[in-house]
Amino acid sequence: MAPSAIVLLLLAATYFIVPLYATLAFSLKKNEAGAPCCTLANYSWVIHNPDFWHTIKISFLLALETIVISLVLFVPTIYWVHLRLPRLRPVIAFLALIPFVVPPIVMVVGLLRVLQGTPQWFYGTPWGFLAAAYVILAFPYMFFSLDAGFRAIDVHTLTEASQSLGASWPTTLIKVIVPNIRAAALAGSFLALAIVMGEFTIANLAAFHTFPIFLQYVNESAGFPAGALTLLSFLITWGAMASLLLVGRRRRLGLGANIAGRR
Amino acid sequence: MTFLQLENLHRDFGTVKALNGIDITIGEGEFLSLLGPSGCGKTTALRLVAGFDRPNQGRIIVDGKDVTNVSPNKRDMGMVFQAYSLFPNMTARQNVEFGLRIRGKNRTARRGRADELLELVGLSHAVDRFPHQLSGGMQQRVALARALAIEPRVLLLDEPLSALDAKVRVQLREEIRRIQLELGITTLYVTHDQEEALAISDHVAVMYGGVIEQMGTPSEMYTAPKTPFVAEFIGTMNRLESTIVDGSTGEIEHAGMRLRIDAARGRAQGERVLVLVRPEALELAASGKGVSANGNSVAAEVLTQTFLGPVTRLKMTGGLIADMSTARASALPVGSSVVATVPAADAQVLSLPDDAPLLAAQDPDGL
Amino acid sequence: MADEGRQLAIASDAASQALRPDVRSGRRRLPLAWLATVPFFAYTIAFLFAPAASVLVGAFQDQKNQATLSNIRLLFHQPYIAAYKTSIEISLVTALLGAVLGLLIAYAAIREGTPKFIRATLATFSGVAANFGGIPLAFAFVATLGPLGIVTTWLRNAGWDPSEHGFQLYSKAGVELTYMYFQLPLMILVIAPAIDGLRKEWREAAANLGAKQWQFWRYVGIPVLMPSLLGAVILLFGNSFAAYATAYSLTSGTVNIVPILIGAYYTGNVLDNPHIAQALAFGMFVVLAVMMLLYLPLQRRAARWSK
Repeated sequence: MAPSAIVLLLLAATYFIVPLYATLAFSLKKNEAGAPCCTLANYSWVIHNPDFWHTIKISFLLALETIVISLVLFVPTIYWVHLRLPRLRPVIAFLALIPFVVPPIVMVVGLLRVLQGTPQWFYGTPWGFLAAAYVILAFPYMFFSLDAGFRAIDVHTLTEASQSLGASWPTTLIKVIVPNIRAAALAGSFLALAIVMGEFTIANLAAFHTFPIFLQYVNESAGFPAGALTLLSFLITWGAMASLLLVGRRRRLGLGANIAGRR
Repeated sequence: MTFLQLENLHRDFGTVKALNGIDITIGEGEFLSLLGPSGCGKTTALRLVAGFDRPNQGRIIVDGKDVTNVSPNKRDMGMVFQAYSLFPNMTARQNVEFGLRIRGKNRTARRGRADELLELVGLSHAVDRFPHQLSGGMQQRVALARALAIEPRVLLLDEPLSALDAKVRVQLREEIRRIQLELGITTLYVTHDQEEALAISDHVAVMYGGVIEQMGTPSEMYTAPKTPFVAEFIGTMNRLESTIVDGSTGEIEHAGMRLRIDAARGRAQGERVLVLVRPEALELAASGKGVSANGNSVAAEVLTQTFLGPVTRLKMTGGLIADMSTARASALPVGSSVVATVPAADAQVLSLPDDAPLLAAQDPDGL
Repeated sequence: MADEGRQLAIASDAASQALRPDVRSGRRRLPLAWLATVPFFAYTIAFLFAPAASVLVGAFQDQKNQATLSNIRLLFHQPYIAAYKTSIEISLVTALLGAVLGLLIAYAAIREGTPKFIRATLATFSGVAANFGGIPLAFAFVATLGPLGIVTTWLRNAGWDPSEHGFQLYSKAGVELTYMYFQLPLMILVIAPAIDGLRKEWREAAANLGAKQWQFWRYVGIPVLMPSLLGAVILLFGNSFAAYATAYSLTSGTVNIVPILIGAYYTGNVLDNPHIAQALAFGMFVVLAVMMLLYLPLQRRAARWSK
């Protein structure tokens, strides 16, 4: 292995690992200055903090809501575009890049103004305002994932075969199409999960009490427990990502098995 | 006069011996093909010559100098890869100029030479096109021009025609040979297509399992294969597994029948041998009407007829294959009983060691 | 099995005739087919375009909702202009540095000779780290290079006090250093497929024709990668420019960049004129749009040799 490559990769590894180690070290520190290592008191503090569970639950449910709405909205649309409106696909792909030019910080400014007249159950709760915004945030990731999934299958043949055997549109969509893009949908969903669990900007400016907001609050107020909390939030993100990878690996086998098993 | 020499080359990848002692000498201006199935080591050998890999053992000598440890960019060889080797961000002309640019030639000199070579390969009309705008055949012509532009001492080609359509392949292989003869450049050519190798080479080396099975002129390889593998690999053969009955007369026994084969003389009684007959050498006649299996004939029944264009191929019971003109074949339809005469003087006999790498019941033409 | 295949082929053939009469008759049936996309477009209009438009419009309105350029004019004064300068500077630095280092790291991991597990590990980690950022990342860097950070302490014990040499984590430089933690992985993820696309044959052909390593990169490697590199730089720029949470958490909202300034209008007590926040957001629009406009012709030129 080339020496330059070794040096570079080692430096990169150091840069990436040290902050994680630092977080771990901080999370195990006792709260008195200069005391020797290690205590699990910070973790205990986190686990016994009702706000922790409360906000994690909100963020997690919010993520699920976002995922469900996204799938219900995007899967039929992308399916239909692939099937009947292929010329619309570049348009939608372009739309998926808009959130890049309209980042969360800009979007929240607009949303707060535009949605001002909406009823309180929508505007004032995370399940309305935040979920609506998060679906847009997740849209690019969902789109590219689902689009890739649809491109990997033969949408036309599956649909025509299903319909020729007597299935209605909903049945075709649910029983034939969805199982075949399952892996892509799951991949997009896990990305959405990671995004929602970590989203701070919109939640902060719109004054909602989600998990990242709680994280920042603890950061500002309680030094060492913040370390434990940070590490736990890392693990949650990584858990989502690991599941994505597992799904991704199974996808390569799954697609083949699907085609082979389908007679 | 030897120009390129591969001396006792060995190359191992872990426990796999890709090359197990290869010795090849190529004279100046000569065209030698390395022929063999996938995995036989021919591409490995070529890459060693080019310098993209180092042998575990052995030497490569060019014009008297040992280049085994010389880096690839200093070996002064031109290589044509199987596919995708043109630089996508350069036009055909720029691709051909590349080697000259590296050598510091000025713009006029580069352009002149590039245009000259592109004309040689018949692409003057496409000099400003990018690779993605060229067909596979055209891309390989550009690759050839590019390799020749630097006036290399040796030309190396790694299955340059495998990725192309059949018609283009035949056309292009003739052009490669024509250009090679015109320039007189020492050439090492790798292919798995035996027809290609036979058609354009001065010499052919058949490889299998990392060793050279046989090396010789195309005609030698076809008419006098020295091992069962070579006999199978080059052209189609009738393979009759037989036992020597009488070494003085050359009588052998195959599947219960007795035949006399000149080449079987001098062998020990009871020795197991392989009798090889080319399909076109087998003489067929419909049985009945006073024609019956005798002398050097075998009785058989026609199982299939396949129209190959120039000839029709008949497959018969007993694993026999015969090629004949379509007109004659029409007289021997499927199901008819025939008598196949084995020409005594026109058959090869090879020893049949127990571990011979035979291509059992393989039909290279897929028929 | 062959029979079923034939039956299915006949069935789907017949079905395709039945399902696509418009293709045969030549009549366009677009209007009805478009109907199915209405929910999607309605959603994006309501929650993406409308907010974006309201920002655009609101930037040019005063508190009585009359048209005015005063908000925009204000942007050219302090502290706003300084915020834009700092934002752009941070974004350019992290984009360019991220692009160069990311390319080098990705290439080091992918090139022949490097064990495959290194690439796999890097890919996995990059996938996770690119979505890092925000609060956890800020804390991790405070724990590393903050006043009580482990690296700071380690350096101090070794005799070299960073703060005495002008280093402060809660500053522009600190923000840049922290941003690299998600910029590098993003770059690695984006450029890896492009590096894969560098065929081995090109490098070998170049070597065969006499080129040294650097000559290959100069004439073939970098030009071929250039379209992807340009795209990556733009992506990294936008990513950094729009980032809010990391800088907010790291500096407690004190570093003067545009997103923080906007945020202050909603989280602080500065809510006198919301249109200023909208003008700031509009300004971000403009910067990002200008980057895209610069990128497009560059991209076209870099990719003129491709399909």
